[in-house]
Amino acid sequence: MLKNDKSSVHPCWSCKGPVSGGDLFCETCHAVQPPGHIDHFSRFGLQKAYSLDVDGLERSYFELQRHLHPDRFANKTPKEKTLSQQQAVSLNEAFEVLKDPLKRADYLLSVLGMTGISHDHTVNDPVLLMEAMETREALMEAQSVDTVNALSDKARRDVRDCVRAIAQAFDQEQYDEARKLALRLKYLTKLLEETRQHKARLVMK
Amino acid sequence: MIETVLLQIHEPGETPLPHAGDSDLAVGIDLGTTNSVVAVSNDETPEVLRDENGSGLVPSVVAYAPDGSAIVGQLAKQLLLMRPETVISSVKRLMGRGLQDVKSISGTLPFEVIEGEGMVRLKVSGKELTPVEISADILRALKERSEDQLKQKVEKAVITVPAYFDDAARTATKDAAKLAGLQVLRLVNEPTAAALAYGLDKEAEGLYAVYDLGGGTFDISLLRMEKGVFQVKSTGGDASLGGDDFDHAILEYFLTERRAKFGEEKLTTDDVKIALVTGRMAKECLTENDSGDFVLEFNGQSSKHTITREKFDELAAPLVDRTIDICRNVLEDGDTFPDEVKGIVLVGGSTRVPLVRKRVGDFFGQPPLSDINPDEVVAVGAALQAEALTVGSDNLLLDVTPLSLGIETMGGIVEKVIPRNTPIPVAKAQEFTTYQDGQSAMAIHVLQGEREMVDQNRSLARFILKGIPPMTAGAARIRVTFSVDADGLLTVGAEEVTTGVSQEVAVKPSYGLSDEEMAHMLRDSMVHAKEDMEVRLLTEARVEAKRVMEAVYSALHIDGKLLNEDERAHINVVLNKLDETIASDDRHTINAMVEELDRETQVFAQRRMDKGIEEALTGVNVAKLESAIES
Repeated sequence: MLKNDKSSVHPCWSCKGPVSGGDLFCETCHAVQPPGHIDHFSRFGLQKAYSLDVDGLERSYFELQRHLHPDRFANKTPKEKTLSQQQAVSLNEAFEVLKDPLKRADYLLSVLGMTGISHDHTVNDPVLLMEAMETREALMEAQSVDTVNALSDKARRDVRDCVRAIAQAFDQEQYDEARKLALRLKYLTKLLEETRQHKARLVMK
Repeated sequence: MIETVLLQIHEPGETPLPHAGDSDLAVGIDLGTTNSVVAVSNDETPEVLRDENGSGLVPSVVAYAPDGSAIVGQLAKQLLLMRPETVISSVKRLMGRGLQDVKSISGTLPFEVIEGEGMVRLKVSGKELTPVEISADILRALKERSEDQLKQKVEKAVITVPAYFDDAARTATKDAAKLAGLQVLRLVNEPTAAALAYGLDKEAEGLYAVYDLGGGTFDISLLRMEKGVFQVKSTGGDASLGGDDFDHAILEYFLTERRAKFGEEKLTTDDVKIALVTGRMAKECLTENDSGDFVLEFNGQSSKHTITREKFDELAAPLVDRTIDICRNVLEDGDTFPDEVKGIVLVGGSTRVPLVRKRVGDFFGQPPLSDINPDEVVAVGAALQAEALTVGSDNLLLDVTPLSLGIETMGGIVEKVIPRNTPIPVAKAQEFTTYQDGQSAMAIHVLQGEREMVDQNRSLARFILKGIPPMTAGAARIRVTFSVDADGLLTVGAEEVTTGVSQEVAVKPSYGLSDEEMAHMLRDSMVHAKEDMEVRLLTEARVEAKRVMEAVYSALHIDGKLLNEDERAHINVVLNKLDETIASDDRHTINAMVEELDRETQVFAQRRMDKGIEEALTGVNVAKLESAIES
């Protein structure tokens, strides 16, 4: 998989021959091409969908980096070095977003022309607020690793369910629901992080 | 004639560089605080370059003779006891640092520092030298060792740096290499280099921690190793914590005993240098023995001191605890618990200290791996990477930024632009606006670190954006892009978004050398600086010419039928001329011929584009591309 999107044909910067948009290397002279402005999903040859196989994504990431990482261009011309760095930067950025369920949800919303959640600092969902308060209280009071484990196990299950629900909402094009669930995922992710820190404090004592 | 040219088609990447000779060889260098090591790898078989006694370690000690020449290594180390005023050791601790940083490293300094702004300067043998120049002397000695043993010129190297080195220290290292006449193919983080050497050697797979305690720096990295991929998950450390601090702790203990006997004493920098050697001897002695006796002698008074392993453990404990705290943070950053780590690789001479091994083992719940030479593994990894970069390799090193990168905002608060542990290379853009009508310039202060306030982080540089087009306040939108390359080095670019005018970025590194200083040092250090520059430009011109030729060959191979015989013959004539020109030593002629080839192939390029677009419209191209990808 050494290409990621098929669109307009343009001249290769090196051999001046035709290159299809999204091609990583020129078919004729094999020169590395600029990363172009394509969305993160297309960069990995994926459909714009929330569900994805993270292990498969990682394999693609490694495979693409094997070809594009600047270390492969140490003997090349400065122009090729620059392009490889730009490719690797774009690949890192896309991978960081897509592998993370929360960032992926936010990004997919914005790619689809909806409002993302990254600038949303207030939560208006009263049910979510109540749940967050209660769980946080329980965590504060937890004095044993077992209690924290129970809380983090629940949070982990909740995260898994939430991710599944987000995927479903996106599949059914219920974007408001997806957005609401993504905000819940944001809270759950934070909670999971807090249980991890709390557990670390208890374990290390 | 025509046919012979067409037969010269190579697969890209398989073509040797034009007129590449032996100078293409690259070595791996571990530029350490205490010792440095140089290694070379052939066919993935790395070899440490040793002296006649079989030692691969070159002490990172430099003595300056009265004529100004530098003596590096074992001899300089011996001179340290006889002529301390001429000798500098542990200079790595000062890389990319200012006077205030140096003063806060430790109580009793073995350096005579000169007051001033920016990068610290040292006084030695009556000369004023920067850490960059002193490091360059060490690198020069390593370069000579390589050239003597490999019997060829060595001009390229992979140099390792502590993962926790900030941008200033990395830049300083690269500058030192430049002064020494070495082209740095890549700066590789020490724990990553160690993991590369260890992983390839032991075929290790899974999650590994590399605990690297050197002479002056501490690093801990959490890596995933899998089928030739070495992916750093998180990294942390302390750029001023290392074996030297153990020496200092022992010395302070001895000095306290002395004060009880002789009262307050005034020690010169030279006294400290010698006393620290005693401190180091004591530390090394206690690795094997339960106690040892040592003598300190200055101001005509000698004192005898006994130290037990137990006492040393007590002195070292706070330092070792600091490393364990950092391990904890790195595991947390990597979302990992100690028992999920498959193995702990120890790197650096200071991991020989028994207390270090014990504490590390306790923390991870398993004994650390010690079946590798902690002094040489980093250089071996660097050599493997040097070979990978010059010859090629399937292995992949994916590293991260060790420290968050931010900018100063209102009220002296740091706004993070690139958080720590972000995979590199990375680029992030941030938009700024003007706050005055017609404002044409803007200052940006870049910092590195995890704290919230500006003065708690390290200042990297101040940038001044100039040439902002005149607009009302708040109307200009200046997009500043911060890029960190695979070496972990930062570059900044800026552009006014509404007009597309790119902005001039003037850099004032906080602790680095300015371009003028660097140019001056290069002039001083290299008699042939100008010629070297010419050689570099010539090589670049040849590489570029070769690329253009290959591109045209490839195009002819695939689309040659778009030309009639005359046109084709015409292009071949120019190709032949360029091929002949490449052999010449005149880069101007080479560049001119490249331009001519470009002109001569313009019609050809146009026809190829027309054909490509036509094919895309008829859909032929898609099927052809798919099959090309499959193969």
